[in-house]
Amino acid sequence: MAAPRKLILTVVAASLFTLVLVGATAALMLAGEPDASGVGRSAAERIVVLIVLLLLASACCCWVIVRLHDLYAASPLRMAEEVTAALAHSSLRVGDQGAAELRVLAQAVNQLLALREASENDVAERVREARASLEEERSRLAALMADLSQSVVVCNLDGRVLLYNQRARQELAAGADGGHGELLGLGRSIYTVFDRALITHALERLQQASRELGETENRQLLGSAQFVTATPAGRLLRAHMSPVLGGDGPHHAQVGGLSITGFVLVLEDVTSSNERHARRDALIQSLIEGGRGPLGSIRAAAEMLSEVADMPAQQRNRFLRVVHDEAAKLSAQFETAASAFSNDLRERWLLEEMRGAEVLIVAARRIGERRADERRALAVKTENVDEDLWLRVDGYGLFQALRYLAWRLQDEYAVREVRLSLTRSGQLAQLDLSWLGTFMNNETAMGWLQDPMSVAGDSSPLSVTDIVERCNGEIWFQRERVSHRAFFRTMLPIADAPTDLPRAVIAAAEGERPEFYDFDLFSWSAASHELDDRLLSELAFTVFDTETTGLQPTQGDEIIQIGATRIVNRRLLRHECFDQLINPQCRLSPQSIEVHGITPELLVDQPTIDVVLPKFHAFCADTVLVGHNAAFDMRFLQLKEKQTGVRFEQPVLDTLLLSAVLHSNQTTHRLEAIAERLGVSVFGRHTALGDAIVTGEVFLKMLPLLAEMGIRTLRQAREASQKTFHARLRY
Amino acid sequence: MNKKILIADDEQNIVISIEFLLRREGFEVLVAGDGEEALAKVRGERPDLVLLDVMMPKMNGFDVCQALRADPDLAGTRILMLTAKGRDTEVSKGLGLGADGYMTKPFSTKELLAEVRKLLGM
Repeated sequence: MAAPRKLILTVVAASLFTLVLVGATAALMLAGEPDASGVGRSAAERIVVLIVLLLLASACCCWVIVRLHDLYAASPLRMAEEVTAALAHSSLRVGDQGAAELRVLAQAVNQLLALREASENDVAERVREARASLEEERSRLAALMADLSQSVVVCNLDGRVLLYNQRARQELAAGADGGHGELLGLGRSIYTVFDRALITHALERLQQASRELGETENRQLLGSAQFVTATPAGRLLRAHMSPVLGGDGPHHAQVGGLSITGFVLVLEDVTSSNERHARRDALIQSLIEGGRGPLGSIRAAAEMLSEVADMPAQQRNRFLRVVHDEAAKLSAQFETAASAFSNDLRERWLLEEMRGAEVLIVAARRIGERRADERRALAVKTENVDEDLWLRVDGYGLFQALRYLAWRLQDEYAVREVRLSLTRSGQLAQLDLSWLGTFMNNETAMGWLQDPMSVAGDSSPLSVTDIVERCNGEIWFQRERVSHRAFFRTMLPIADAPTDLPRAVIAAAEGERPEFYDFDLFSWSAASHELDDRLLSELAFTVFDTETTGLQPTQGDEIIQIGATRIVNRRLLRHECFDQLINPQCRLSPQSIEVHGITPELLVDQPTIDVVLPKFHAFCADTVLVGHNAAFDMRFLQLKEKQTGVRFEQPVLDTLLLSAVLHSNQTTHRLEAIAERLGVSVFGRHTALGDAIVTGEVFLKMLPLLAEMGIRTLRQAREASQKTFHARLRY
Repeated sequence: MNKKILIADDEQNIVISIEFLLRREGFEVLVAGDGEEALAKVRGERPDLVLLDVMMPKMNGFDVCQALRADPDLAGTRILMLTAKGRDTEVSKGLGLGADGYMTKPFSTKELLAEVRKLLGM
């Protein structure tokens, strides 16, 4: 109904109502007047009727007002509430109620809300997609990094590690004694591994180089710097350093509108190649310089012998003996050199270490492949495979050679099945490609080995012999008349099984990032802030626990195990842990053995506290310590300060006290109880590392709860803990 | 008067040939088997020329050369260094320390003789 019409109707209705009322009153008055006949109502009667009429009229009015209020005042207010609620939850809609006008309004509002929800969903979807692809890229990156044979470490300008791969961990993590001094970790300083000056210098070189490039090419990659350095474990590393560029780095690192926000280090262990080069140099030196002396003597003696005709026999014999002696000396020298350096001299080809069994499997697959000329695929069997053998071969070439021989056998001698075997023969590996039946003569076989390989459109300028020699091996044809078998036998040197096989990538739990990188650290700047005013969420923590011989640190009880793990950017880094048993050099009580299960035999060969504590101190560098009932552990650590020379001055947070801050009405704050309360599953308790991990999980769950209470910075957490501590003391 | 030459080398097998060669050419030849002996013989016998091997026991050729050149009385003694290493750096070190000539093993006896004659001004 149109609004003007409604207004007219309302006015007409109100006028009619008033008219009726007035009319009715007038009629009543007239009807009640005593007429001539004397028939009429008394005044009292009329007043009663009048009052009843008025009451009826006002009741009617009231009903109309209530209806109108409901339609035009209450409904808009209800609607306002609904709209307010819909502000927070975009899935809510405004109800269809009240006057028609209001319903129109509600429909408009609902349309708006629907639009908003759609766009919100759209945004959410895009965010989800973006996150998924980011996550995918990150996993891909992690997989790639894990697979690299070089070590990669990415740092920000402060030298904080943002990313590293498995290989880097293997190469850099080992301490000088090969023990587990975990030097490399997310958020840790790279300067614990590398000399700060070395990296600063390389960075300066990068900046210098890019400045010289000038403004014209300021978007160019800034090049890279190289240096060679030694790890604490004594390995020699060649580091290749490239800058990470960004728009908003510190001013001093600015170069042509871009600034260096960090750097990538690609590390290569050159210890062994350096050793090899050194050995090769030594060989050349020894041959050249060691040869000069004997040659000099031989030449001089020979010249005397040939030029002096009238030499007495005795003198002649002396010269002949010189030639004889020195020639023998020279031969011996060559023999020594040849045997000592033969492997180094031949390794010009890129040979790879492969497990022998794997070589056979791949070779069998290559031979058994369907051929382009649609011939029947050749049957291949492997037999007598020594699973422990490792070979150092040019894999590609070797597979090509074996396939060439097998296919040529099929083509020219109609061989249907070949067999591959790999056995150990003294210091060599014996790889046989054998078949039954048809023989060829030696000359033909020789030809096959010497000809450039060409079979079924697959050709190579190299011969089988070339390939095998490249692998430092020998190949020949042989036959056994009795068994009707013939074979090409290849003898190859056996390689050592590589010790540093890349470990499998540790799959991250769902929703959890792999722990080897954390780019959120790019925005970190450790130097500039007092730890106290830093947000808890951005601090790095070392969560630790100890096992001890007893509960009385002052009465001679000792630490026998320290376990610790790290929290960086609110993630518990389970792979970066410290786990060390310690020889207490005193007796363990049976009661304590019951608690921690560590027997004296386990501790006999372990390092003592004065060796372990400095390592643990290095592990904790630049972090806040977190422990459950940390005061107890700290007491042990502090008592050792004099003996070990390390002081633990880091800020300390105690999950026991924090639990009391959070749940002051709970009676128990044992670690298990807190863990249960916060939904942390407990296993591996009562090993120091197990407890440290549980404590870390608990601590992470506490952070958001503390934030809800307004406890966000380290200072606030410490103050709150202190208050509860005093409160607890009082009880 | 015959020129006097000292051969300082611990390698007997080369000494045999050089000694034979030089005697045959009419020189008076002395032999020393190590650095100290060489130094003593130079001081005692005053040879005109020393054939000095670098690698010798007790005192190497460089040290002997340096000691000889530090003594003004021996300024007239010519020094020809013989070496089995023959690195450029070594040659320049020998000449830097005051040697008059340098020969790398293996050398031809003709060249040696020519060098000896040149150094003795013959």
